[in-house]
Amino acid sequence: MRNFALCRPNHPGKGRDRRVSELEVVHCSKYYRKNGEQLCTLKEADMRIRSGRFVSIIGPSGCGKSTLFNIISGLARPSGGQVLLDGKNITCESGHVGYMLQKDLLLPWRTILDNVIIGLEIRGVPKKRARERALPMLQKYGLKGFEYDHPDALSGGMRQRAGLIRTLLYDKDVILLDEPFGALDAQTRLQMQSWLLQIWNDFRKTVLFVTHDIDEAIYLSDEIYVFTHRPGRIKARIDVGLPRPRGEETMMDERFLQLKRELLLMLKEEREPV
Amino acid sequence: MAGQKEEDSRGPLIEDQGADAARMRRRAFAGQIIAGILIIFLWEFLTRIGWLDSYYWSSPLTIVRTGWTAITKGTLLQDLAYTSGTTIIGFILGTLAGSVIGLSFWWSGLYAKIAEPYLIAFNAVPKLALAPVLVIMFGIGFNSKVMLAFLMTVVVAAIAAHSGVKNIDRDLEKMLISLGAKRRHVFMKVVVPASMPWMVGILKINISLALAGTIVGEFISSRQGIGRMILYAGQVLNMDLVWVGVVSLSVLSIVMYLGTVWLERRLMRGRNPKS
Ligand SMILES: Nc1ncnc2c1ncn2[C@@H]1O[C@H](COP(=O)(O)OP(=O)(O)O)[C@@H](O)[C@H]1O
Ligand SMILES: [Mg+2]
Repeated sequence: MRNFALCRPNHPGKGRDRRVSELEVVHCSKYYRKNGEQLCTLKEADMRIRSGRFVSIIGPSGCGKSTLFNIISGLARPSGGQVLLDGKNITCESGHVGYMLQKDLLLPWRTILDNVIIGLEIRGVPKKRARERALPMLQKYGLKGFEYDHPDALSGGMRQRAGLIRTLLYDKDVILLDEPFGALDAQTRLQMQSWLLQIWNDFRKTVLFVTHDIDEAIYLSDEIYVFTHRPGRIKARIDVGLPRPRGEETMMDERFLQLKRELLLMLKEEREPV
Repeated sequence: MAGQKEEDSRGPLIEDQGADAARMRRRAFAGQIIAGILIIFLWEFLTRIGWLDSYYWSSPLTIVRTGWTAITKGTLLQDLAYTSGTTIIGFILGTLAGSVIGLSFWWSGLYAKIAEPYLIAFNAVPKLALAPVLVIMFGIGFNSKVMLAFLMTVVVAAIAAHSGVKNIDRDLEKMLISLGAKRRHVFMKVVVPASMPWMVGILKINISLALAGTIVGEFISSRQGIGRMILYAGQVLNMDLVWVGVVSLSVLSIVMYLGTVWLERRLMRGRNPKS
C-alpha cells in the first residue's frame, strides 16, 4: 500500500488568506499546434506560491515545465488561464519576474561584469553605476577574479552563477530558475546548491525552481509540485517541512528519505511507457 | 649512439605554445621578406638575360624609374588619390548601407522573407556589366565610380549582415525580454553585436570589390585615376607605364587591406578573440 498522506492536492484560492507578493497561476493551459494537430503541453495548472518560499517543480522531461515558466514570465501567451502577482493580472506581460532560462545565455562578447549588468543597462542605469553595484555582488558570490573574463573562459558552474547574479540584479521579488544545474556534474551541483541556498537566504526572494533531480528538489525546497507526463498537469503538491538551515546531514534525515521514496514512486508512475 | 644524438637535436615535440607561436611568426615573417626579394631579383635577372621579354614583362628597375617619372613629371599621385578616394567612399557607403539593410531584416520576419530572393537575385547580377549604364547615368566623373564601388559592395554586406541576424540564438532575445527589454534594446545589445563578426568578416572582400568596381569605371570612361592611366598606357603601347599602374594598384590594394585589418580590430575591440 502506498502512503501519500503527505501530499495534498492543490486547491488554490480556497480558504487561505491573501498575502503580499504572492504569485498565482490560475488554470493555465497551453496548446501548441503541430502539423494541424493540437498538442496539449500544459493542462489547467493551478499554483499559489507564497512570498519568500522556495518551490520546486519536478516532472518528466517534455511535460511543459519550461512552457509554464514562459507563461509566468510573460514570454508566452497561455491558451487559457491567467497569472497573478499580488492579485494583479500579469498574463503576457514580461518584466515582472526574474527568469533564468534553461541555458545560461551569457553574451560571449561581453565580460562577466558587463553580462550581469545588462538588466540594469536596459533599465537606464548608467554603465559605471551599474558596474559599481555589480562588482561587490560578483565578489561576494564566488566570481571574484572572473569579473573581467569572457564567459567561455568559465566553467559551467561559474557561468550559472553569473546567469543567476544577472537575474538577481534585475531585482524582482520572484525569480524563476529553469534547471539551472541540469548540465553540471554531481560534485559541482552540490556546491551550487549550497551556494543557491546562501543567496536565497541573503535575498529572501520567492524562488520557483525546475529540476529533474529528486534529491535537489527535496534538499532545496519548501514545497514541491510534481507534474504528470505530457500533457503536464499538477499531480501533487508536497510540503517538504525539513528544518533550515540545511546541510549534508539533511540528506540523511528520515524525512528526507521518506520524501524521496514517495517522489520516486510518483515519478515512476509518470515514466513513459517503453 | 648516433640515433640518440639525432633525437636530441630535434628538441622536445611539445613546447610552450606562446613561445612557439612567437618564434614561428618571426621566422615566417623573415621568410616572407626573403621570398619577396628573391622574386624581384629573379624577375630583374630573367628580363636582363632575355628569358622574359622585357617589352611585355618590363623589369623591376624600369618600373621604379618609370614610376618616379610618373610621380615627378606626371600625375601618378593625383591618380592614386582619385582612385583610392572613390574606392574608399564607395566601400564605406556600400558596406554601411548593406549592413543596415541586412540588420533591418531582423525587425520583421515577413519583410525578410519577401526581400530575400531579390537580394540573392541582385547578388547574381554582374554589377560590372552595368558600368556603361552607370557612366551614362552618373557622368564620367567621380559619382559613377563611387556608384559602381557601392553596387559591388552593398549586396555582399547585406547578405553577410543577414546571415548574422539569422544565426542569432532566439533565446538571447527571450532572455533580454525577460529582463524588461524592448525590441530596440534587443537590437542594440544583441542583434548588432552578435552580427558584428559576420559584417566585419566581409570587409576585406568588400574593399577589393570596391577597388575592382572603381577601376572598371575608370576603364569605361574617366579623366583621372589609375585605371584611366593603365588604359591610356596600353593604348600607346607603353608597357612600362602599364606595369607602373599595376604595381601602384597592388600597393594601394595592400595598404587598403591593412586598413581593413585595423578597422576589423577596432570594431572587434574588447571582445574575446575566440568569440
Ligand atoms: N514554441 C513551441 N512550439 C511548439 N511546441 C513547443 C514549443 N515549445 C515547447 N513545445 C513543446 O511542448 C512540450 C513541452 O516543452 P517544455 O515546456 O520545454 O518541456 P520541459 O521543460 O518540461 O522539458 C515539448 O514536447 C515541446 O516539443
Ligand atoms: Mg525545459
